Amino acid sequence: MLEIKNLSARIGDKEILRGVNLTVPDGEVHAIMGPNGAGKSTLSYVLSGREGYEVTGGEVSFNGQDILAMEPEARAAAGIFLAFQYPVELPGVGNANFIRTALNAVRRARGEAELDAVAFLKLARAAIKSLSMSDDMLKRNVNVGFSGGEKKRNEVLQMALLQPGLAILDETDSGLDIDALKIVAEGVNALRSARFSALVITHYQRLLEHIVPDRVHVLAAGRIVRSGGPELALELEAHGYAGLEAA
Amino acid sequence: MPAVVETRETVEALNASKYKYGFSTDIAMDAFPKGLNEDIVRLISAKKEEPEWLLAWRLKAFATWQAMEEPDWARVKYPPIDYNDLYYYAAPSGPAPKSLDEVDPSLLDMYEKLGIPLNERAALAGVAVDAVFDSVSVATTFRETLSKSGVIFCPISEAVRAHPELVKQYLGSVVPAGDNYFAALNSAVFSDGSFVFIPKGVRCPMELSTYFRINARNTGQFERTLIIAEEGASVSYLEGCTAPMRDENQLHAAVVELVALDDAKIKYSTVQNWYPGDADGRGGIYNFVTKRGACRGRNSKISWTQVETGSAITWKYPSCILQGDGSVGEFYSVALTHNCQQADTGTKMIHIGKNTTSTIISKGISAGRSNNTYRGLVKIMPGASGARNFTQCDSLLIGDNCGAHTVPYIESRNPSAKIEHEATTSKIAEDQLFYCRSRGLSEEDAVGLIVNGFCKDVLKELPMEFAVEAQKLLAVSLEGSVG
Repeated sequence: MLEIKNLSARIGDKEILRGVNLTVPDGEVHAIMGPNGAGKSTLSYVLSGREGYEVTGGEVSFNGQDILAMEPEARAAAGIFLAFQYPVELPGVGNANFIRTALNAVRRARGEAELDAVAFLKLARAAIKSLSMSDDMLKRNVNVGFSGGEKKRNEVLQMALLQPGLAILDETDSGLDIDALKIVAEGVNALRSARFSALVITHYQRLLEHIVPDRVHVLAAGRIVRSGGPELALELEAHGYAGLEAA
Repeated sequence: MPAVVETRETVEALNASKYKYGFSTDIAMDAFPKGLNEDIVRLISAKKEEPEWLLAWRLKAFATWQAMEEPDWARVKYPPIDYNDLYYYAAPSGPAPKSLDEVDPSLLDMYEKLGIPLNERAALAGVAVDAVFDSVSVATTFRETLSKSGVIFCPISEAVRAHPELVKQYLGSVVPAGDNYFAALNSAVFSDGSFVFIPKGVRCPMELSTYFRINARNTGQFERTLIIAEEGASVSYLEGCTAPMRDENQLHAAVVELVALDDAKIKYSTVQNWYPGDADGRGGIYNFVTKRGACRGRNSKISWTQVETGSAITWKYPSCILQGDGSVGEFYSVALTHNCQQADTGTKMIHIGKNTTSTIISKGISAGRSNNTYRGLVKIMPGASGARNFTQCDSLLIGDNCGAHTVPYIESRNPSAKIEHEATTSKIAEDQLFYCRSRGLSEEDAVGLIVNGFCKDVLKELPMEFAVEAQKLLAVSLEGSVG
């Protein structure tokens, strides 16, 4: 379970999060919507431990662990996965090698046995097949020369292989055509279980047609200003965010 | 994998446990008195039972060296070297071993610990090793297997005795005794090294490898390697080097000469891991090396691949003289500097023959307070019609206190030549590190992965087992470079 209590954070002198309260129980998918500049990406970076985001108050725990005190890699080992809005290119680094290195680092930290190249490839090919992707994906260098859609699919592939307990999807739907959107949504849905939860950050309702959330929250000016069921997303789609900041 | 299995960690571990306290008592050493003069040169020559012509050659080189000035054009700084405060010869005492059975067992043990099994039965198939310890070659494996195909692989001191006509013909023919300050010094006092001769039409049946180790204190290592590939012959040669941790600097001034005749191919790979000094720049090897290959024959090819992670200072420009029409020169280099290391390295491609081509791929990585310079010359002579060169120099910076410098020299005297030069400088981006860490990689593993990716175009030129070792070495060498 992810519990965020009164979380405040800033970048430099700029206050971005001003007391976020949010609980995501295991097994649930929550959507976070909100206008540009509301602090959605900041929230995802603070949760995953990016440098340059200073927490000025509040607490975050995941499965009872205080994650704010942990390095990003320790958070990954604890089961937190961030699907990037803009996945980063790593020239010369093969995708299969990258994912296997990551998976083994996480497995090591969890006290599990590492996978050799053969066992990993078997696993990776199965994941690729179930996500309707091409084997090619493993041979190429991490995100180098990938189209926008391919980059997002690569995030989903990594997520499928790392098997996180909490996935944070930071506008994974941006720049995706409808087919790619479906593949991404299927990837998330395939992971849904009693031991998996997700925080889906998005501008638009259309992703939520494919990943149906248990709860929808509206983040505006650094706070959660409204929460509701999936119907809230439809309402926002119809009426926009106008007026919410003041609420 | 024989040559570079050890990493710096292993070297440090070995030092802590063995060398620091007991090694010199474990093996009795012969060393000549400190200092350099004509008598020392004569003594070395006499010790090696050399013929008169070689002594004369050495003495001439010594006289040349005395009249030369130490070069100061490289972007490296070091206090003046007192050449009279060094030992120029150190070797395990007693007569030279005639076979592996006669080699001091504790020496065999050391190589075993470094991951270089000299015992042929234990060695991985396919690699023959010559081990050079301080001033002498202590063991060369697989010599009989090689000799069946006519390949000669032996210590150069032995080649002087057994194959004087070959040595006389080729020694100094690529790097003349007076070529430069350090080459002249080497020519005067070289003690041992490897000699390789691949006869006409023979593909060397296994990888050849030399493993260099400096052990004794205050001792310079001046080895000399000579490789000759006759018409249509081919060989792949690997070189690895390490030294124990010492607070004082040690000088390593080697010369390597390669000769490729018509259609011959020589691939020369180096993984250089000499002790780099400590984090504050104390100690470490001065690696002042002259390496040059002559593509004498038509369509011959010489390919240098180097991974340079060690040494306090590296001054090294493996070069190709592309004399034969249609000959090919290649230089693939990764040079990594960390802490206070300094590297000034690159290549020279001299195009003389028609339709000669050269490729230069250089990857420099600087971390800590280090300085890393690529210095390269592409020279097209008037007769080199249709010559082509492609150069790519990429620099990667880790942290804010290091430097990367690219100094290309291009001289073209033939209008039909095509020369391309590309250069980039980049830093490991914060978002790349965070991306890796968010997937569970530690910061150091992330740097290792990114650096290996950066070097991929060079690492893929290394023989397979070497490439794996080189990857590990790059990661280990960067420990402590971030955070």
